[in-house]
Amino acid sequence: MSLSLVGFVYILSIVAFILGLKRLASPKTAPAGNLIGAFGMGLAVLATIVTWSSHGVDVSVRHNLVWIFVVMALASAVGWVLAKKIEMTAMPQLVAAFNAFGGLASAFVALGEVTHAQAHPGIEHITGSVPAVAALSVIIGAITFTGSFVAFAKLQGMINTAPVTFPGIRWVNGALLLVSLVLTVVFATNMDNQGWVWAVLPFALVLGWTATNAIGGADMPVVVALLNSFSGIAASAAGYVTDNEPLVVAGALVGASGIILTAIMCRGMNRTLAHVLFAAFGTADSAGGGGSGAGGPARTVRNFTPEDGAILLANARSVIVVPGYGLAVAQAQHNVRELADLLIAKGVDVKYAIHPVAGRMPGHMNVLLAEANVPYDQLLDLDQVNPYFETADVALVIGANDVVNPSARSDPSSPIYGMPILDADKARNVIILKRSLGTGFAGTDNELFFDPKTMMLFGDAKKTVLALVSEVKAL
Amino acid sequence: MILHLALLSQSPALLYLFIFVLAAFIGFEVITKVPATLHTPLMSGSNAISGIVLVGAILVAGQDETTFGTLLGLLGVFFATINVVGGFVVTDRMLRMFKKDKRSEKGGGA
Repeated sequence: MSLSLVGFVYILSIVAFILGLKRLASPKTAPAGNLIGAFGMGLAVLATIVTWSSHGVDVSVRHNLVWIFVVMALASAVGWVLAKKIEMTAMPQLVAAFNAFGGLASAFVALGEVTHAQAHPGIEHITGSVPAVAALSVIIGAITFTGSFVAFAKLQGMINTAPVTFPGIRWVNGALLLVSLVLTVVFATNMDNQGWVWAVLPFALVLGWTATNAIGGADMPVVVALLNSFSGIAASAAGYVTDNEPLVVAGALVGASGIILTAIMCRGMNRTLAHVLFAAFGTADSAGGGGSGAGGPARTVRNFTPEDGAILLANARSVIVVPGYGLAVAQAQHNVRELADLLIAKGVDVKYAIHPVAGRMPGHMNVLLAEANVPYDQLLDLDQVNPYFETADVALVIGANDVVNPSARSDPSSPIYGMPILDADKARNVIILKRSLGTGFAGTDNELFFDPKTMMLFGDAKKTVLALVSEVKAL
Repeated sequence: MILHLALLSQSPALLYLFIFVLAAFIGFEVITKVPATLHTPLMSGSNAISGIVLVGAILVAGQDETTFGTLLGLLGVFFATINVVGGFVVTDRMLRMFKKDKRSEKGGGA
């Protein structure tokens, strides 16, 4: 295969990536879009391999090809099994793990290319700005690797999910970044000594670790989105180093996607990216009472039985379900759908209100409900659903807290003040399913729990929903 | 115009930057149209696309200047392939779960 033909195939694969992403604009066209993207990837990989076979007069190249196939087969099996076995609740961890692998691969590509080039000093493609970009690729790839690894471990509960900081951490992280960049410059001006590019590695690896470890577990969705962007930029840089256009383009697409998702998540929490990265939100001192938020003046909540809830639900004309992550933790998605189906059969209008940060990553709750066969046209996002609350008879809040806390609207002293919330408090009645009267991630009391029109149903979300289901059936 | 093209052909770095910036803009345009419902599949799907670094890893693994360089390339191939295959497969799995409500089609929405 001639090089210009390979270039043509690369263009085709880029077109496939862009068309594939375009089709993600609707759940209807999305599955085909993903397949088109995968097809583009297959084309790019195939073209790359075939190029070499045609140039492959050298025996060692053929030898490497066998190794490449073996490694690819092994890794494909690993990726396939991971993708098929993973629980949907563990999706954020999986994406974090894949990010880590992508970042690592970019760093390896840059280091490998430099190592090869050193064997032939002065060859054309490792001159000019290439060494600097190679070092950048190593830096971004390494930060993505350890950062994603820490995010994975926090999401999985393997390590302390609280922010781990120490005095002067910003100075230390700043210094780590500065040293990495200085080494980049040194390598760029002294490219015959590849030791410099390796010297970058430990600093960048430590930086990814300390910077991510200083961020609380609740903020990991933002971190994963940001690192997703990083993995794209690292691939772009690796593309420049290996003189390969598809990497540059595809990496830039992913970089843009990650930045957009990061911005959406930040907006959903009304925080700036800098605040997420550096504020150590949700530390022990701001979390206050921790388990029991009812430490202040004794206030009463209206505690009811599932029977009361069932009567209210069955007699409603419209119900808006507000699912929080507590619902997913209790694995109650299917039961909630069963309850919704029963209500719909009784003529009740049922909608789901999905807050941008309802799950553990952007859009996570939608996937969890889709898995439970909730039709996607019943899932409304914040802007779509909020006008409906005023006319809703019941807001059924399941395992959510901060996203329905009215103090975000009214109390400037609240840590979540300004965060866009679902207006569940505007519904005529509110039913809240909750394990205890604890505070949310932001560690603040929720006025809604004490509202006279609120009915609290304490207990495990799944058991309570099951009780509601049987009570509605018995009516 | 001719002057600019000449400039780009003189400097591959500039040409690559050119491509990078344009591609980033396409990315922004395309991805802002993805609804919130599909943000998780978008993330895993774009994650799979960032596995394109596999192509670079194959290029590095296929050179035979140094054994160590080839080894680094093969490691890159390993991790990038997991990223690519796992990413596309799990995205496919998720997207197949999204179904439209049959009732709302005849009911005309809420």
